Amino acid sequence: MGHQTRFGSLQNYEKGGIQTINDDPRNYAFSNIFEVAARSQPWEKVAVARNLKYVLEAIRAEDTSPWYAASHDEVATVMDGEVEIRLVKLENPLVAEDHEGTTMLEGNPKGKPMGHIVARRGHMALLPKGAAYQFRAARPGVILLQTIKGDLTIERWKEICQK
Amino acid sequence: MATTNQVGVNQHGYRTFQIGHFSFSRDEYFAHIEWPGGSHLMPVDRFLKALMRDVAWNFFYGIVNFDEIFGTTNHYGTVDIFAGLYNAGYRAQKKEYVENLDSVKARSIFEEMLDDWTVEGFDPFAAPAETGSAFGPKKGNNTRAVKRARVVAKRMAGMKGDTPLRNDQNGFPVNRQFQDVAQDEPEVHAEPGFEDEVHAFNFFGYLSRSDVTWNPSVCSAVKDSLVCPTTEEFALPVIHGNDRVEWFIQLSDEIQWEIADRDSGAPRARAVMKPGDVAAMPADIRHQGFSPKRSMLLVWENADPSLPELYARKKLKPNPVDF
Repeated sequence: MGHQTRFGSLQNYEKGGIQTINDDPRNYAFSNIFEVAARSQPWEKVAVARNLKYVLEAIRAEDTSPWYAASHDEVATVMDGEVEIRLVKLENPLVAEDHEGTTMLEGNPKGKPMGHIVARRGHMALLPKGAAYQFRAARPGVILLQTIKGDLTIERWKEICQK
Repeated sequence: MATTNQVGVNQHGYRTFQIGHFSFSRDEYFAHIEWPGGSHLMPVDRFLKALMRDVAWNFFYGIVNFDEIFGTTNHYGTVDIFAGLYNAGYRAQKKEYVENLDSVKARSIFEEMLDDWTVEGFDPFAAPAETGSAFGPKKGNNTRAVKRARVVAKRMAGMKGDTPLRNDQNGFPVNRQFQDVAQDEPEVHAEPGFEDEVHAFNFFGYLSRSDVTWNPSVCSAVKDSLVCPTTEEFALPVIHGNDRVEWFIQLSDEIQWEIADRDSGAPRARAVMKPGDVAAMPADIRHQGFSPKRSMLLVWENADPSLPELYARKKLKPNPVDF
């Protein structure tokens, strides 16, 4: 008999949970990426994991995002849907080297087009340092972003985590 | 006492090893461990599966409990080898024993032991349904299997000069339990001159082709933030004690975790994780996972080398966020 691999999606996810024996469930900051994205506005960057300055953000991908850049690499994994990523090599660095996290750019970036990526569920894409990037999603999807806590990171642990 | 590696070959055909004052021998069914004032035995399949991870991970982050008695604690340059150190019963009677040793030397002897004690047909990295028996007298070896290196991407898997992707041609067919995982690749359209920077790959497809279980391997890095996915089936062969916070993101299927106090082993919680679930593993716990079907788990680590001391000195709280 074949095995069926189960993934989650915005439309179809089932949460597990923390069963405490002698503990506080808040120690585990338990949430679900799809639930967080389902309750988010498009392109909100909601931290679902934080390890000191580093974060993993759940992003609801829908329509066209602003342009972003960072002083370091970032990594986007599409957890649901299809996302187009456009990349532009910036003529001049728009983010200071010591400024960490994602920065939103005003308008369109100046620079040379680097190319674009069309990523679907389970695909991982590099958002390279020195590039501006923009996401597009014709239908709602979910991105898990590996980055550093920045100006755009939203922390709403009390709303998203098991208590 | 000098650290030596080979004491001899016993009647079962296996070499006996000594590390510091610990001695290790195996017979047809068990690994025997002795130290001044005590001894312990473990089923040899369980011992070899734990030893495989400890060697491949270079003692990993924090504590690798082979079982409730024996294990190692990584001090990143040196390693503690212990018996009863994280067992409340042993500690209460002051029966624990620990030696601090040079990591390179200890690992070297562990590697020799793993190679000598792993018989033909047994793969300690494989799921139980995918490997033969560890038991019996010495018969051949499986050096190819026990010498597998843990994948460590410097920037992202598949980039030029980085760890390669997996495919049929390089010996990584899709696992029997992931036959339904999509193998389509992302569309990557790089302008001339940017071929090495515009990069994406099928991450889930890559994981579906992993030939090992319970082996977090670095797939992407943002400074000290390491995405370490792994495929899991049956039971984690070690009980991992944290020296820092780590996070689990369940990518597919389900894993259940038994979570206990790191130092005493007293039960604290259970976690049931389904696709999309995210949970922190605090810095003061130990955990063991159970995966009824082969599943994909993203283990997320902060590799900042200053963290173990900061947590040990209570400069950082064991839980990652307050709310």
